[in-house]
Amino acid sequence: MEDVARDFVDKDYEYGFTTDVETEVIDKGLSEDVVRLISKKKGEPEWLLDFRLKAFRYWVDLKQPDWGHIQMPDIDYQDISYYADPTAKGGEKSKEIDPELMKTFDKLGIPLEERMALAGTAVDAVMDSVSVKTTFREKLKEQGIIFMSISEAVREYPDLVREYLGSVVPYRDNFFAALNSAVFSDGSFVYIPKGVRCPMELSTYFRINARGTGQFERTLIVCDDGGYVSYLEGCTAPMRDENQLHAAIVEIVVMENAEVKYSTVQNWYPGDRNGKGGVLNLVTKRGHLRGANSRLSWTQVETGSAVTWKYPSCVLSGDNSQAEFYSVAVTNNFQQADTGTKMIHIGKNTKSTIISKGISAGRSQNSYRGLVKVAATADGARNYSSCDSLLLGSRCGAHTFPYMDVKNDSAIVEHEATTSKISEEQLFYCQQRGINTEDAVSLIVNGYAKDVINKLPMEFAVEAQKLLGVSLEGSIG
Amino acid sequence: MNGTLQYTDFFNEVRDVLYSRSCDVMNRQRAEALETFMRVGFPTRKNERYKYTDVLQAFAPDYGIALSPLDGNLPQYCYRIGDAPIDVAQYYNCIADREDAVVCLNTMLCVDTVLVYIPRNKCPDHPIQIGNILKGDRDTMVNRRLLIVLEEGARADIIITDHAVNDCSFLTNQVIEAFVGDNSCLNLYEIEETHLLCTRYSNVYIHEGRDARVRHTSLSLFNGNTRNSCTVRLAGEGAEVSLNGCVIADKMQRVDNNTRIEHLVPHCTSNELYKYVLDDNAVGAFAGLVYVKEGAQKTSSAMTNANLCATRSAHMYTQPMLEIYADDVKCSHGSTVGQLGDEALFYMRQRGISLEEARLLMKAAFITEVIDMIPLEPLRDRLHFQVDKRLRGELSKCEGCKLCK
Repeated sequence: MEDVARDFVDKDYEYGFTTDVETEVIDKGLSEDVVRLISKKKGEPEWLLDFRLKAFRYWVDLKQPDWGHIQMPDIDYQDISYYADPTAKGGEKSKEIDPELMKTFDKLGIPLEERMALAGTAVDAVMDSVSVKTTFREKLKEQGIIFMSISEAVREYPDLVREYLGSVVPYRDNFFAALNSAVFSDGSFVYIPKGVRCPMELSTYFRINARGTGQFERTLIVCDDGGYVSYLEGCTAPMRDENQLHAAIVEIVVMENAEVKYSTVQNWYPGDRNGKGGVLNLVTKRGHLRGANSRLSWTQVETGSAVTWKYPSCVLSGDNSQAEFYSVAVTNNFQQADTGTKMIHIGKNTKSTIISKGISAGRSQNSYRGLVKVAATADGARNYSSCDSLLLGSRCGAHTFPYMDVKNDSAIVEHEATTSKISEEQLFYCQQRGINTEDAVSLIVNGYAKDVINKLPMEFAVEAQKLLGVSLEGSIG
Repeated sequence: MNGTLQYTDFFNEVRDVLYSRSCDVMNRQRAEALETFMRVGFPTRKNERYKYTDVLQAFAPDYGIALSPLDGNLPQYCYRIGDAPIDVAQYYNCIADREDAVVCLNTMLCVDTVLVYIPRNKCPDHPIQIGNILKGDRDTMVNRRLLIVLEEGARADIIITDHAVNDCSFLTNQVIEAFVGDNSCLNLYEIEETHLLCTRYSNVYIHEGRDARVRHTSLSLFNGNTRNSCTVRLAGEGAEVSLNGCVIADKMQRVDNNTRIEHLVPHCTSNELYKYVLDDNAVGAFAGLVYVKEGAQKTSSAMTNANLCATRSAHMYTQPMLEIYADDVKCSHGSTVGQLGDEALFYMRQRGISLEEARLLMKAAFITEVIDMIPLEPLRDRLHFQVDKRLRGELSKCEGCKLCK
């Protein structure tokens, strides 16, 4: 059994190649000058530079938090380059996309040519600090939908960006949010006008390529009254010995009667079998349900990264608003994950659901940490949380740290959790029927994660299912 | 450090009295405790185990500190630590958390310790009751200590009750250490019935040997501000522990229960059930952690925390945690915060039961689950009666014992 499990878990990382493209990387280190330089390179207006500088000055005095159930290598913030631009050829920005870049994204299964794209998905492809291309922009614009990289949005729709940037995750929120606010580079900006249902899935694909850099993307999604959008995020990185830092911010604003679905398939490089290298994924994601009857759902499949430390959260201010969080976190070898969500109920009759499935294998540590907070104003608030852990192997750990703060007598908050290993009986049942152990394990794991996978858009679900198999390969014990 | 000065000053002032009134075993620990206390200071809310309690605020007022040794007759199997029939140095302050400032303060200032020692294969004829009676004409701080040693195959039922006679403010800082040997069985009940001006800090440490069984029940029926912590180490295979508690709090009461169960070896079982009924402006907190060490296979653990908030201003914080480093385990936890079911209330009103009475019935039924688990019948009956009275608001002071009347 131990061996089969190991075989099942030990598949290799498929996206570990590097792209050989001329990349403009600024010198390592972080100072006010670097912040100014990034701002200048992006041709930003004065107000945004002020925002960055304020964040930077705040960050300088902060200490990196250490309360997570993870052991992180020390990060030398002066040993990272904060800006890498693979599209800057010989100092001149060219209109044409480098064929190397096209090839890279093709290889990752993200065609940048619209005719080749999967029907119904628009992509914003980001490599290192710069958005390479956003597809279907024109088509979406016909309906008034804005979908572009945030740097472009700052130039073209400064008022919109200025109104919402930092309104959900202020730069004072936490250490990594302050860092991101100071040095953020590209990410996507989405605006859905009143009453518009976005006709296609929007997606952003993040790729780290350059060595010695970090990625600090920033995504802002605003869904106006009665709008709807489904947004997908995918990410990969090359195999490197060094730990690369990824500190992103995602902000979502949901207005009255609007609905946003945000799905992530996170597949950053997890480090090798001995725990060397891998991406440090330290992300702040938060949605603000401002209007009545608004809905927001986070779905995440976390298979990559050496360290994952993130809590996609929802602030339910609008009356009758609903939020959901579905998560599968898989850790193998020496990976560590401390992830979960925060549901903050402020409006009346707000409802939230949390389904979290942790799978740990090898010598990894997988923690669920979640907060459900019901403010005194949240009459009739309802929360249901369920977090299960599956242990594959005797040297891994699964932990649960739920926090519930209830300040309203009409609220109903429920939490339940279980921890177990793959049942011998289920395995035996499958084997009896001629299914070999590896397939049986894969079947059981997929069945276990099904509640979450089912919430993903179709193409993503297939991908996620494959990933579950891959990242667990060789781990069962 | 913050707020520690008044206690270190006091310690230095009364050092001689303290040393002369106490015994060697206890005196030997004081210097180290003082040193740690000065170094770490009172825990703040940044300390995860004290997240829901403001320790500094509780210890800041200027209390008179009681320094009198035990008096009164001790029943069979109970001793003052100075008269112990065994070498207590191997037990005293050995499992208590020496880095915890509140425990250190107790070690520094406690004058006398009650030792309950049950020799091998013995069992007292009756349950042992230890009544703590707070009496005084000024605000007083009490440091008390209990050491329980059960040798192999021994058995004991110990009931600890807290009463307050006067309307002064009392601050109790108690530390209990229990060593439960192989095959032995301990039932420990703590019943708190004091008043709104009482503050209680209790730290209980239990160490279990092979096939030992412990049932710890903590009942906070009436109090001011309470913080109970219970740490259990399952160090022998086949050990079992059951931690139960119920809390009834209203007005401005605060109750914080913090538990930690450590499964250190395979084949151990733990069960935990805590129930809270919160009314008025009461604040309740529950934080439970089940820790399963690497290699502690075949662990079975279940934790449940259910809470009833009867008013809008009652707050509940709950945090049921699991930390697991072994794969062949069955661990579950569940936690709920809710209120009385409308349907059940309606059902009773249909049958002519007034709303008030129906609510009362439901609250009592909710709490009953914890009390029904108590194997000691007379205690169970008594508690049913007390809980009913308490829920009716008739219990503002403890009754029933001669001293409090």
